[in-house]
Amino acid sequence: MANVNLRDVRKIYNQTQVIHGVNVDIDDGEFVVLVGPSGCGKSTLLRMIAGLEEISDGQVHIGSTIVNDMSPKDRDIAMVFQSYALYPHMTVAQNMGFSLQMRGNAKAEIRIEVEKAAKILDLEALLERYPRQLSGGQRQRVAMGRAIVRNPQVFLFDEPLSNLDAKLRVIMRGEIKALHQRLGSTMVYVTHDQIEAMTMADKIVVMRDGFVEQVGSPLALYDRPANLFVAGFIGSPGMNFLSGRYAAGAVWIGDVRFPVSDLPVSASEGRRVIYGIRPENLAISDDDGLPLVVDVIEPTGAETHVVGHISGQRVIGVFRERFATRPGDVLRVKFDPWKVHLFDQQSEQRIN
Amino acid sequence: MTSQILQLVLGLLAMPAIVLAIILPGELAIRRFPQKRQSSLRPWIWLSPVLALVGLVIAYPLAASIVFSFRDATASKWVGFSNFVWAFGSAMRPVLFNNVLWIVVFPLLTAVLALSAAIMLDRVKYERIARTFLILPTAMSFVAGAVIWKMMYTYEPPMQPQTGTLNAIWTAITGRMPIAWLIDRSVNNYALIVVAVWMSIGVATLILSAGVKNMPRELVEAARIDGAGEWAIFRFVTLPSLWPTILVVLTTQAIFSLKVFDIVYVMTNGSFGTDVIANRMYTELFVKQNLGTASAIAVLLLILASPVIFMNIKQIKSGGGE
Repeated sequence: MANVNLRDVRKIYNQTQVIHGVNVDIDDGEFVVLVGPSGCGKSTLLRMIAGLEEISDGQVHIGSTIVNDMSPKDRDIAMVFQSYALYPHMTVAQNMGFSLQMRGNAKAEIRIEVEKAAKILDLEALLERYPRQLSGGQRQRVAMGRAIVRNPQVFLFDEPLSNLDAKLRVIMRGEIKALHQRLGSTMVYVTHDQIEAMTMADKIVVMRDGFVEQVGSPLALYDRPANLFVAGFIGSPGMNFLSGRYAAGAVWIGDVRFPVSDLPVSASEGRRVIYGIRPENLAISDDDGLPLVVDVIEPTGAETHVVGHISGQRVIGVFRERFATRPGDVLRVKFDPWKVHLFDQQSEQRIN
Repeated sequence: MTSQILQLVLGLLAMPAIVLAIILPGELAIRRFPQKRQSSLRPWIWLSPVLALVGLVIAYPLAASIVFSFRDATASKWVGFSNFVWAFGSAMRPVLFNNVLWIVVFPLLTAVLALSAAIMLDRVKYERIARTFLILPTAMSFVAGAVIWKMMYTYEPPMQPQTGTLNAIWTAITGRMPIAWLIDRSVNNYALIVVAVWMSIGVATLILSAGVKNMPRELVEAARIDGAGEWAIFRFVTLPSLWPTILVVLTTQAIFSLKVFDIVYVMTNGSFGTDVIANRMYTELFVKQNLGTASAIAVLLLILASPVIFMNIKQIKSGGGE
């Protein structure tokens, strides 16, 4: 096990910079998720840690060693690929034992290690099968087994669940998290799915266009997103954004007043701001709330999602209670001022 | 000129006319059957022109060859197995041995070189140009290739100026005696095989390149992380993944080895111990005018090639890359 530190890491492809000086510290035994939309550089960053991409500038430390010029096999890492990358002509056992075979371990020893990993992942019955005889979920587990057998300092996962169906994804999500708790190893996990990031991570690194937008625990990111991008990326349904003007300790859209808490706000009077509020921070009020004109109602069973508009701007509310309402109705809603996120419209940075 | 145009027009009209003459009455005939039978009969009606053509150019000659192989030189009387006894006798033994040499050396040499080329091409920037150069000889007829290589192999007695490319280089560099590439029995068969390799390597490389390109990049990356070096990656990942494709190449070249003719005919015409089955068949038929022995060789060739062909077809059908 080891910590991983990225120091001003850059990647340049033919004069185009795709990773712009990334600094991330991953502690020993931490589960860190790199998340962002496709093309944000998260996979490239992971592959740079793995040694599959050259590091154009900066340093990658694994433990106390700078691994920039080390080949992948010397970095003591294991990687689980999106396509699983199982060797098609080898059995499950051979796949899992390949790294030990390469290390020159004795056959009996390899067998013991493979069986140990197979037991953890419930693969014992499949050891003599070939990858083509396995289901997607089983292949996924074999890929993890291959990583476990190595007993590496760091596990790297590159979108390992994207090829599975939704139900299996949820199950495997839990299995990977359980595996982390059991092994206590350092794990770096890449995904574009913010739910995966939120549910699995000790620490999330949100990336966009080769920049790190924010690093923090899932709830820290959820509760205090540093900028408009993170605020919109984390959470589902996404945060409501209303465009208004900051004046007299509140936000004004037209002449409707949107309340803000007493927290200090770094904006001058009259500054154009984005007023952000998560859908679950809306509450139905009987009389004095803001008028939400209902467009669509989506009952999910556990919650009711109401899509509508206030002062001409689109707003989604998520309510625990069930209620009868129809498109065109006007609901009175209150915003919890302590849960309001204010962003400068120009810089898109948080200002409260 | 006008008669040629007339022939062309006639040909253009006659072919569809023949096809129609078969299909139209057939269609009319099956109309009388119930709907269900019609759909099972119809493919046969439409396939019949092709089947007739296949019968004419493949099945009939095949049957005729088998019959001729049991008759004498002029096909005038039955001679039993005597043509086959001759074919397995001492006259044919060195010829058969040469084909064994071809079938072992030629596919292996081609496959090894083409595989190295395919893997190396995958790693260079100017892949397209390099591949074009490799494929160029393939565009040439084997006869033309053989003529070129005959000049490469030209031998002049020692102390004479060496006009053959290879001997010019050989004598200039080593200062030793020139080599009679096509006469010296220790090298001449290999010299012929090299020509065939040169002509075939383009297509073989193309097939194997496709296999290399089809191999998921992540497979190699996974092996690299698992600690495999370049050789181990080749041995444990690339080679097994490409094995079905390699088999296709090997079997195709093996079939070629069995029926190799033009290179041998042009370069040595089978002299100096370089004769092969197909060239011997040509000699028996057109030089010695012995229909019986020539047919026996043809049948022998067919029997030898059949298992390889079946293997080849099976390999191609299974996807060649699964």
